[in-house]
Amino acid sequence: MHIAIIGNGISGITAARHIRKLSDHKISVISSETEHFYSRTALMYIYMGHMKYEHTKGYEDWFWEKNRIDLVFNHVSSIDFKSKKLTFSNDSESLTYDKLIIATGSAPNKFGWPGQDLNGVQGLYSMQDLEKLEELSPKIEHAVIVGGGLIGLELAEMLKSRNKEVTMLVRESSFWNGVLPAAESEMLNEHIKEHHIDLRLNAELSEIKDDGAGNASAVVLKSEETLDCQLVGLTVGVHANVSFLKETDLEIDRGILVNEYLETNIKDVYSIGDCCQHRNPPVGRRPTEQIWYTGKIMGETLAKTICSEPTKYEPGVFYNSAKFLDIEYQTYGTVLAKPEDNVESFYWKHPEKHILVRLNFDKSSKTIIGVNTFGIRMRHEVWDKWLSNNTSVEDILIDLPKANFDPEFFATYEQDIISHYNATYGTDLKQKSPKKSFFSKLFN
Amino acid sequence: MNINQIKNIGTVIILSAMALWIGILFGNSFQLNEATFNETVASEHRFLLKEKLAPAFESKSSNVFSFTNKIVAAEAEVNKALEAEGKGDMKISNSYQMSLTKASGVGFVSENNLLLFFLVFGLLIFGTMLFVVPDIKKIPGIKNDGIFKHPVNKGKLLGIILGSMFISFYILLYFFPQYIINWLIVLDPLSKFMNGGLASQWFLYGFLYTIAVLTMGIRMLIKYRHNKYQMVRTGSVMFFQLIFAFMIPEILTKLNMPSADLKNMWPLDYSFFFDYRIDQKIEAGTLGTFMFVWGIVLFAVGVPVLTYFFGKRWYCSWVCGCGGLAETLGDPFRQLSNKKIKAWRFERYSIHIVLVLAVVMTAGVLYTYFTGEPKIMGVLDTGTLRYYYGFGVGSIFSGVVGTGFYPIMGNRVWCRFGCPLAAYLGLVQRFKSRFRITTNGGQCISCGNCSTYCEQGIDVKWYAQRGQDIVRSSCVGCGICSAVCPRGVLNLENLAEDTKKI
Ligand SMILES: Cc1cc2nc3c(=O)[nH]c(=O)nc-3n(C[C@H](O)[C@H](O)[C@H](O)COP(=O)(O)OP(=O)(O)OC[C@H]3O[C@@H](n4cnc5c(N)ncnc54)[C@H](O)[C@@H]3O)c2cc1C
Ligand code: SF4
Ligand code: SF4
Repeated sequence: MHIAIIGNGISGITAARHIRKLSDHKISVISSETEHFYSRTALMYIYMGHMKYEHTKGYEDWFWEKNRIDLVFNHVSSIDFKSKKLTFSNDSESLTYDKLIIATGSAPNKFGWPGQDLNGVQGLYSMQDLEKLEELSPKIEHAVIVGGGLIGLELAEMLKSRNKEVTMLVRESSFWNGVLPAAESEMLNEHIKEHHIDLRLNAELSEIKDDGAGNASAVVLKSEETLDCQLVGLTVGVHANVSFLKETDLEIDRGILVNEYLETNIKDVYSIGDCCQHRNPPVGRRPTEQIWYTGKIMGETLAKTICSEPTKYEPGVFYNSAKFLDIEYQTYGTVLAKPEDNVESFYWKHPEKHILVRLNFDKSSKTIIGVNTFGIRMRHEVWDKWLSNNTSVEDILIDLPKANFDPEFFATYEQDIISHYNATYGTDLKQKSPKKSFFSKLFN
Repeated sequence: MNINQIKNIGTVIILSAMALWIGILFGNSFQLNEATFNETVASEHRFLLKEKLAPAFESKSSNVFSFTNKIVAAEAEVNKALEAEGKGDMKISNSYQMSLTKASGVGFVSENNLLLFFLVFGLLIFGTMLFVVPDIKKIPGIKNDGIFKHPVNKGKLLGIILGSMFISFYILLYFFPQYIINWLIVLDPLSKFMNGGLASQWFLYGFLYTIAVLTMGIRMLIKYRHNKYQMVRTGSVMFFQLIFAFMIPEILTKLNMPSADLKNMWPLDYSFFFDYRIDQKIEAGTLGTFMFVWGIVLFAVGVPVLTYFFGKRWYCSWVCGCGGLAETLGDPFRQLSNKKIKAWRFERYSIHIVLVLAVVMTAGVLYTYFTGEPKIMGVLDTGTLRYYYGFGVGSIFSGVVGTGFYPIMGNRVWCRFGCPLAAYLGLVQRFKSRFRITTNGGQCISCGNCSTYCEQGIDVKWYAQRGQDIVRSSCVGCGICSAVCPRGVLNLENLAEDTKKI
């Protein structure tokens, strides 16, 4: 059997690896971005000079041949689902498959702004985007980034590392406050400004000006202010990269629609990763999630479905992590920007440093619902257990050191957190495992 | 002034100090005189050698090379003459090159050695501080910006130039110390102050080593000031270098005790069981016996016990001198280590071969010590074995290659490919230790920072992206992978052995 996979991102590659583990099928992975799989999340580090492209590859180049995974460096321009055939854009040849996995990822959004197609206006998604940015860099003195999200901030950090002036236009009244509660968002506003990034809140783009030669030269805001710039970074979210499939029988909404088994409406065609949309998303999950590890889980799940037994996509308790400039962030379970009515939201923030922990729990039962942690690393395994066992927030608080994942010798704040909780709710909780002595730690 | 301008001034000052330091090599003339000659040369050689060296008494050599060449030539003639007369046993076996050259230095360097000492090292330290301290103004956090745009990493040329400088220094130090006599003259005052004697090339080496660990240690402390593990660990290697490797041995010498670096241990300290060192300790009475027992307990009990609880890091990145240099002076080069699986294969052979050689060599030396037989079973000459080990592993591998290749193959070339102690610690770490690097569930985004900055060339990401713990014999527990990970995935932990996820 020949399994063709379009897209060599984390989803497609994970599927390929696991299909190989479970079977002897012929596997082809097609991509027009890079010949080998690399980590998209590391694009910023290539630009900043922390790494080179080769460091971001997940596997050494010999890995693919050794595991008999054929890599096809080409662009699929159309799919004939009836005759199970892929057509390439820069090659007359075509490829037939028995089963097809579509894992084409996302593409950056553009909202029809005047000037959005000028040179020097770009998103940050692909290796090609990075190359374009690199080429433009010597000319950039001032950059304007449109959109206040994770990728926007990464782009700002990248440009700052090369001493460019950066202005960030954020439509909302505070950074990423559609996702983060006010305290967190406020803390990040501060941190962004500390990095000398000109953060403009409540600011919206109205148009991008041309220098007469097809290059962006300035942006005009809704407030009619004009900012001269040589780069406009558009980081206002992404959408499923499926435009080349629009006129086919494949059912597409905001992404390729799939069921629990990641099957599309067409037999032998599956879709995973950023480009798919779950018809019945698992509890606590959105229909589309552009997240690294969910792509990975989908790839692994689908390999089982194809090679051994039909397996449902079950990503488990939600978690995610990111880094905002110098602040590490992790979240487990559900923490909404505005808590629902039944949810009590408790947080502790360090008086000076950018360290914050928020615990959301059910008002009446005190069952934990979610946690945000900034500046303290937490142990995934422990939170996963607490959340899936509906543990009470107070049982968690007295046991919180168990979840600490910071390196040795780091200052600990569990005591401060519990004291703050006691003060807020008039309780008298005491840490279950007070600081272990050196020897009991040794022989635990 | 912005950070970069200050740094540039720092660079200029460092370069001037280095230029001056090199200039010092040419800043003396050499003139033999009667008194020093008689003081330095043993009576049985005095007459013969004086005759052959006659021209050197009359003329001044303007540089060290022509002067030492005269001595070497004279000594050769003396030996030839003695041989011819059948007095081969009287031959000059310990050349007077070093001692005569040093005693004959006259001129600017000798007259101003204290001034030059303060000038060179004052400038060097001041320049380095200008280079490293301004970073304290940056917001704490991982700041690896531009590392792969830096010429050392981009093309290999600057790396090769830097490496050649390190290598030349080691070659001079180990094999041609007579050419760097002027440096020793500059260090004489400090040496006299610390141990009462004149500076040897090993004193020079120890001093430079300590300066490097301390100044570049300050750089580490600033760079990783948001990470307490890095701060404590760096403080530890700085302490052990300054106190244990540098000061205590000199103080012991001053007190007429056998000098020893009490934290160095066999088989890294490969001469620990050599006859002269054993005898020296026996002669020194109680303290000597203590040192001998201490040295044995350290590797026989200390290694297995401490490595069981903490992993090999307790030694390699907290205590060891080679590790100390690698973690401070070597930090800017850590990303150059090869991560390919081929390098891992090579490493497993090379490091264990050196361990076997060290054990065999030491066993041979001890055999000869106790039996008086120079050869094992009449074939294996233990003296030859010892010589080649000392030359090949002790000088070339650990010194010339180990440090000289920092700018080309990363800062742990010796620790990774050659150190027999690392091999031994590694075996304990791999098979009987609570230490591992744990991976935080499914958080890894495969970015590659951890592997890139692992000085031991461990492909940390390979494990992290699978959610496996990292249990590798070569991991020195520097903790940098954990520090650079942008998602908080990695943690160095000592936990019950059976909880390893591999
Ligand atoms: C800058 C950046 C930072 C990010 N950081 C994080 C993070 O920290 N954490 C996190 O969870 N997520 C992060 N993400 C999101 C994450 O990278 C994505 O969710 C993930 O990469 C999606 O993987 P995928 O395999 O579904 O698709 P992709 O990685 O997009 O792979 C799809 C591939 O298919 C190719 N392709 C598409 N169409 C065709 C065609 N017709 N023919 C041939 N090839 C085609 C594309 O060129 C692409 O190479 C980040 C994304 C970006 C852009
Ligand atoms: S640095 Fe962290 S996130 Fe990146 S590959 Fe290593 S473990 Fe994974
Ligand atoms: S694996 Fe991590 S701790 Fe071990 S040597 Fe490499 S970087 Fe250091």
